[in-house]
Amino acid sequence: MSAKYLMRFLGIALLLAASQVLAGPKIQHWTGANGSRVYFLPTEGLPLVDVRVVFDAGSARDGQQFGVATLTAGVLDTGAGSWNADAIAQRLEGVGARLSTGVSRDSAFLTLRSLTDPKLLDVALATAHEILVNPTFNPVDFEREKKNLLVGLKQREESPADLAGIAFFRTMYGDHPYAHPKDGDIDTVEKLSRDDLERFYRQYYVAANALVVVVGDLDRAKAQSIADGLLAGMAAGSAPPAIPEVPQPAAANSVKKAFPSAQTHVYSGLPGMKTGDPDYFPLYVGNHILGGSGLVSKISDEVREKRGLSYSAYSYFYPYRQLGPFMMGLQTKNETAAEALKVLRETLEEFIARGPTEKELQASKQNITGGFPMRLDSNQKLAEQVASIAFYGLPLDYLDTFVQKVEAVTADDIRRAFKARIDPAKLQTVMVGGFDSAKPAR
Amino acid sequence: MLTLRRLGCLMLAAPFAVQAAPPKVSEFKLENGLKILVQEDHRAPVAVSQVWYKVGASYEHDGITGLSHMLEHMMFKGTEKHPPGEFSRIISANGGSENAFTGQDYTAYFQTLEKSRLKVSFELEADRMRNLKILPAEFDKEHQVVLEERRLRTDDQPRAKLAEQFDALAYSNGPYKNPVIGWPDDVAGLTVADLTDWYRQWYAPNNATLVVVGDVVPEEVYQLARKYFGPLKPSVLPPVKPRSEIEQLGIRRMIVRVPAKLPYLVMGYKAPVLKGAAEEWEPYALEVAAGILDGGNSARLESRLVRGQQIAAAVGAGYDLYSRLPSLFMIEGTPVQGKTLQFLEKALLAEVRKIQDEPVAQEELDRVKAQVLASKVYERDSIFYQAMQLGTAETVGLSWKTVEEYVDKVNAVTPEQIQKVARKYLVEDYLSVGYLEPLPIPEGAVAPEDRAPQGGQHVR
Repeated sequence: MSAKYLMRFLGIALLLAASQVLAGPKIQHWTGANGSRVYFLPTEGLPLVDVRVVFDAGSARDGQQFGVATLTAGVLDTGAGSWNADAIAQRLEGVGARLSTGVSRDSAFLTLRSLTDPKLLDVALATAHEILVNPTFNPVDFEREKKNLLVGLKQREESPADLAGIAFFRTMYGDHPYAHPKDGDIDTVEKLSRDDLERFYRQYYVAANALVVVVGDLDRAKAQSIADGLLAGMAAGSAPPAIPEVPQPAAANSVKKAFPSAQTHVYSGLPGMKTGDPDYFPLYVGNHILGGSGLVSKISDEVREKRGLSYSAYSYFYPYRQLGPFMMGLQTKNETAAEALKVLRETLEEFIARGPTEKELQASKQNITGGFPMRLDSNQKLAEQVASIAFYGLPLDYLDTFVQKVEAVTADDIRRAFKARIDPAKLQTVMVGGFDSAKPAR
Repeated sequence: MLTLRRLGCLMLAAPFAVQAAPPKVSEFKLENGLKILVQEDHRAPVAVSQVWYKVGASYEHDGITGLSHMLEHMMFKGTEKHPPGEFSRIISANGGSENAFTGQDYTAYFQTLEKSRLKVSFELEADRMRNLKILPAEFDKEHQVVLEERRLRTDDQPRAKLAEQFDALAYSNGPYKNPVIGWPDDVAGLTVADLTDWYRQWYAPNNATLVVVGDVVPEEVYQLARKYFGPLKPSVLPPVKPRSEIEQLGIRRMIVRVPAKLPYLVMGYKAPVLKGAAEEWEPYALEVAAGILDGGNSARLESRLVRGQQIAAAVGAGYDLYSRLPSLFMIEGTPVQGKTLQFLEKALLAEVRKIQDEPVAQEELDRVKAQVLASKVYERDSIFYQAMQLGTAETVGLSWKTVEEYVDKVNAVTPEQIQKVARKYLVEDYLSVGYLEPLPIPEGAVAPEDRAPQGGQHVR
């Protein structure tokens, strides 16, 4: 079979398949007993359930206390109600449940995975409820978690990739709440007290600021009782004010930091787009062509496939509540850092000037729409999708219309959207590495 | 595109009944020797297809380390029929995602696709199983990419550097002493001829297993595989030399001093694995022992050393019973600020001794088993992971059936058996210890010329 024939043949298969997979799952939504928002998606096939409780309490809510959101989430499961950390861990692991807490820049979350057998599930839920509603913020646990977080922050400083990422956000966001690393800085975390955490918890871990996502092999009545039970007794509170808008940098900026590594890590970008952005689809599909589709993207092709300059080279838009970053990245040996950055920049400039070809657009659309079923092929992925739709207030039929909206994007849309959003003359660029290869004195 | 042998938290599983019927695996074999394993999962219209070759870093000898991994990269660089890059473009145009990974015991290639496109994967995989064309110009570029990969994953990562040197210490003559990505000089010295020979030697249907998991009908997968892989010629495979690791006769120690911020230690005990185990229960007992130490937040290391005594900021224990050759039972840890590596090592050794001296409590054992059982259900949420398990077991020379037996065998482990394996294998003579001692990292100050306007920057 010749390659040409294969491509034509596959084109037909694609058209047939696309029509079968357009329908997305039907997300159910209601307001829970104490005012929280609940999203439920029933699934079948495995006796398990994924539960997510999400608060608008990410690191963007840190104020000047960088790290308080992370540490608050981290301490939650170390003591709640009458249980200490050992008792909580034994209760959860004794029924095979997995619970974790964490934060992003926009949100704080608790995730729970359990089998659906009521004997097991009820223990897991009762434990999660105490963690959410009655955390004790024990001084001993607080001090330990804080020390361990500080160890983690120290470890970041041995990674040129981490240092470059931190510097990139600071350069791009200035003094906006997205600028600082989500886990905080050593000097800000050192100053945190137990009371700071409790204050943060009381303000943000409230029903009016919470949503519950339930995805699993359950009926609606059970989902309802899970959601109501989890947040029973939580203060109603109020939702916090919006995160401020992100200003666009006035001029290009370039920061370099010396680090004794064999490679230089490069990030370059600008504040890009918000969740639910009217230009989401042109920017998403356009970036898929530019740097978002792995080895077949233009950036990877120019940097890696044609020149062998980097193991990974890419670009992404990360939509946040406010403008999230558009970032291009690569790592290369110190000697070729300047060359690689030049290739990266020229690839972007050319893409913005000319836009995609029809062939490139078609290929990307085929990948995105043809790969749509893989976004929804596990309980966990479904739970993540629903949580993201819920938290960012996207339409409940978002997954139903996704393929259609991708298909509707034109090359002109992409050109216009990229020109409007990304000004290559204002790129914020960070390079970490390039230290002279001589070993430090012993 | 690289998987090193893992060291990390064990995902263990439970003493209540499994509520979901275990998935059924269908096994086929083509006349040319290709083995086919199919597992049905009809939750989504998707299938994952993986081709596993019985070749990896542990098949390499001195001077050519990294060859299997380099060849993995070149497998995307064209055949007689398909020019370089076209494999990836075709998979992409079909909505698929794809990649590959190399380990000590295997090299594997995979695509995840909407189920009707499975034939696309088969056509391309069958083609590159026998018809790879390694072009010198493509090799030169990809060689640079792999050297960058090594810098990224090992050279610039203090803990990865320790891990690499630690394996070279713990193993004397066994092939696991070499890194999967290869030693720097070996990787730099690889040639097109090395790769071509390696490819001819190992890439054949009778040295491969095709694993498909997803919304498929086993008989149809078999017919499709017959159509595409059936015409391929088998090879005469060279016998694999045993290369058994010599017996370790006493504790081994090393220090790695690199610019870093945190001290860190790894400990590894020589231990048998399922393949070649004299007593089949022993690896399962070691698996449970790892769970007692590190099966979650309630397990001993976390509750005693991180929380109770507050000696460690992070700890872990890990043991992989699915390798081709005997391996290591690993323990690792980062001390809290103000505690030394020596102090942490003593505390870890004391925990090992407790497992030897006292039978574990039934409640503790039940908790480990509860997690094992639940994990078995959770794992089934990922078709990729299910395929990984089948492919690994088969490729290291066990049957895929060992994956099915796992929960029962773990459930059968007794407190006495845990004590026995701890006394037999977690002993000082079989132990290697590696310390990462940080050297200062020179300040990354921003030099004045570093603030130069854009264009024409020079990093150094």
